[in-house]
Amino acid sequence: MSEDILPTRAEQVQAFLGRTPFAQEIGMRCEVMGDEMTAIMPFQQKLIGNFTIQALHGGAIAAFLELTAMAQVYLVTEHLERPPRPINLTIDYLRQGHAKDTYARATITKMGRRMCSVRAEAWQDQRSKPVTSLLAHFKVGGD
Amino acid sequence: MEDDATPTVEPWQVMGENLDIMTGGIPWGRRMSFRVTKLEKGRVWGVQPWKERLVGDPDTGVIHGGVLTSFLDNLSGMAASSSLDKARFVSTLDLRIDYMRPAEPHREILGEAECYHITRNVCFTHAWAYHESRDKVIATAAGAFAINKPRPIESLREF
Repeated sequence: MSEDILPTRAEQVQAFLGRTPFAQEIGMRCEVMGDEMTAIMPFQQKLIGNFTIQALHGGAIAAFLELTAMAQVYLVTEHLERPPRPINLTIDYLRQGHAKDTYARATITKMGRRMCSVRAEAWQDQRSKPVTSLLAHFKVGGD
Repeated sequence: MEDDATPTVEPWQVMGENLDIMTGGIPWGRRMSFRVTKLEKGRVWGVQPWKERLVGDPDTGVIHGGVLTSFLDNLSGMAASSSLDKARFVSTLDLRIDYMRPAEPHREILGEAECYHITRNVCFTHAWAYHESRDKVIATAAGAFAINKPRPIESLREF
C-alpha cells in the first residue's frame, strides 16, 4: 500500500484480525459490509470441547464472540487508534455448538463517549436459533 | 450403575487422581495448554501458560481475553462437578467475566475456581485469574452451571 493512501477502517479491521495470533488460532475471518460485518469461525477439530458428543468448546465460541464484538466496535468508531479493550462480558450458552462452521454478528446497543454496550450472537444452521449470545462493555475513549 | 447408593469414592477424588486428562483429554484444552494443578471438593486450581499463538494484542504480546474466558470457564465447570456427590456432567448456563487489569505479557496466569452453592439443578461458581495472588486479580468470573443426569463414576477416568 502506498503511503499516501490510508487504509479504510474495514481494511484495518481485517488487518487486525490477520495479525492477531489468537484470531488466527480460532481461524476467524470476517466479511465487512459498510458498517456491518459477519464473522465466520470455520470448524476445526481443535475447537472440540467434548469428544463423545462432538460439541464445540464453550470457551472457543465465547472467544469468537468477544473478537466479533471487538471488531464491530472498532469498525464503527473512527477515533479509535486500536481495537477497544473489554471491560466485562456475559456469555449465555443457549444451545450446543456442533462440529460445524459458526457465524456471528454484533450490534452496538449504546455508544457512549467512554464506554459502549454491545450484544453479539453466534449461530450455525439458523440465525434464529443462536448457539451462544454475548453482552459486553468496551472502553472506547477517555481514561 | 445407580444401585450403588452409597459410593465410597466421591467424584472429586477420581477427578483429583486424573488431573492431566481433565484438560489434556479435550482438544481445545490441549490447544490452550492450560492445566489443572490441584483439586479439592468444589475447589480447583490451574495454570494457563503464555503462548505466542494465544496473543490478543500483537503490539504488546498480552494474551487474549478469550483465553482467560476459556480457562476460567473450564476451571469453574470442574469446581462445579467436583462439588457433587455423584458423577455428573455440568454444562455452562452463563458466565460473566470482569477484566480488572491487563495480564502481563510472557507470564503464565494462575487461576482458581470454587463452587459456592448448589441447588437441585444448578451449581454457582466464582473464579479468579492472577499472576501472583488474588489480591491483584486480572479477571474474575461468576458462573452458573446446569447439572446433568448422573453417570457411572468410571466415566470420569476416560475421555
